[in-house]
Amino acid sequence: MRLVIALPYLWLGIFFLLPLALVLVLAFGTNAPDSVPPVELGVDLASFRLLFTDDLYLAAWLSSLRIAALSTLVTLLLGYPMAYAIARADPRRRPLLLMLVVLPFWTSFLIRVYAWMGLLSENGILNQFLRWSGMAADPYTILGTEWAIYLGIVYAYLPFMVLPLYASLEKLDWSLLEAASDLGARPLPAFLTVALPLSLPGIVAGCLLVFIPAVGEFVIPDLLGGTRTLMIGKVLWDEFFTNSDWPLASAVAICLLVVLVGPIMLFQRQQQRSLERRS
Amino acid sequence: MKARARFAVTILAFGYAFLYLPIALVILYSFNDSRLVTVWAGFSLKWWKALFENEAMLDAAWLSLRIGLVSATLATLLGLAAGYALARVPRFRGRTLFGGLVIAPMVMPEVVMGISMLLLFVGSDQLFGGPQRGFLTITAAHVTFSLAFVAIVVQARLADFDRSLEEAAMDLGATPWTTFLTVTLPLIAPALASGWLLAFTLSLDDLILTQFVSGAQSQTLPMRVYSSVRLGVDPQINVLATIVVALAACALVVSGWLTHKRH
Repeated sequence: MRLVIALPYLWLGIFFLLPLALVLVLAFGTNAPDSVPPVELGVDLASFRLLFTDDLYLAAWLSSLRIAALSTLVTLLLGYPMAYAIARADPRRRPLLLMLVVLPFWTSFLIRVYAWMGLLSENGILNQFLRWSGMAADPYTILGTEWAIYLGIVYAYLPFMVLPLYASLEKLDWSLLEAASDLGARPLPAFLTVALPLSLPGIVAGCLLVFIPAVGEFVIPDLLGGTRTLMIGKVLWDEFFTNSDWPLASAVAICLLVVLVGPIMLFQRQQQRSLERRS
Repeated sequence: MKARARFAVTILAFGYAFLYLPIALVILYSFNDSRLVTVWAGFSLKWWKALFENEAMLDAAWLSLRIGLVSATLATLLGLAAGYALARVPRFRGRTLFGGLVIAPMVMPEVVMGISMLLLFVGSDQLFGGPQRGFLTITAAHVTFSLAFVAIVVQARLADFDRSLEEAAMDLGATPWTTFLTVTLPLIAPALASGWLLAFTLSLDDLILTQFVSGAQSQTLPMRVYSSVRLGVDPQINVLATIVVALAACALVVSGWLTHKRH
């Protein structure tokens, strides 16, 4: 039994905890382009100072948080009615409806983002359709703007929103809703005071599952957002791969963790609680 | 009542159209004769032929497949151990930290995990002169983040079924190990199988983590796809997407069947 606990513990200690400690150490190092690896250890706050004073980095932080928050909201507004409709559908149809939500998640993330490149480009399918139907004469520029990033995030993360929402709505006791309407509540107030609060755990879990990865998203801003939009995950990537500035990239990673540690712990607590409630 | 049903149908139709229209168009244009992915020039299989003659892409697919098989199997073993410990051992030293460590890789931004694991491998390279970056390092990275998903599936399954079955076996004199093999394991086998499939899919699809920890020579399939897609749309990628969607649909049917069977 001790081995059962020790093996995964050891693995996660070596491959997860220790690496994070290394990032922390490196964030205080100095960039040394001529040595291999290109870093000199020490206690140097220069990387952090740069992060907090340079306008470019501040702008990247702000736009990351704004993009992640807004697209989480849009995903919720689209995902909630979907989850609700599936949870209230005929029980025999539910597995199929649910499977159709999960299927895109099993296909490649990269390919789903790629799908939007052909749709949104200047000569893309969307613009062709708009021209053909006479809705627009001049092509819209969507690819390479922030709009494309919003679309990409909502599209890629929608299954992550619908699944936890469905899980909490499925367990909901619908007779409570009927009781509310028997007592004279109109549908909307009945929904807002009964169903909505009871599905709150699902809302929180779904929003966190979208928001946390969206803040550090790299593939979507890189492929759909073009060079003008800045997101912090892309900054980290560029500092590391293009500029080979390992200390600065590490400092970005540490800041990203500090920003996300609250949401991550909230998600863990909730996940653990819901699992323990089941047993 | 009628109005609500109509609303439900509308929202589902819209939602599914949003999810599937882009995929459907990608599949359609994999049969397009033109090089331009946005102009339809008639039916053709030439991009299918081109993809299957693309040595670099096939090599990358083979590497991804090998990494996926090994990492999914390791992740399933470790995830089983972790999920079992969390579901069946109520108290041990560092349990809270353990629970946190198991779930954290699931939500950790991938760029952060990527840079941290690369630093680990660079560090070990400095200290011990290895391992060389490539198959081994990519596999280790994939195991670390996919074991969380297996652990959660196992823990949920163990939480669902009746513990008295295990207790009965022990009361009848079975050792904990026999009990696990003859009672627990058969009961959670479907969960393990779908956990393995999930880990395998995650490994096949991972780009960011892989890009950080892979060496100069090893290119996985997502890395190839990414470097090709960065230059613009490419019909060969549409072909690949079509294959991936078909395989994912099969995997999902199998995993749905496995979970359905347990009821």
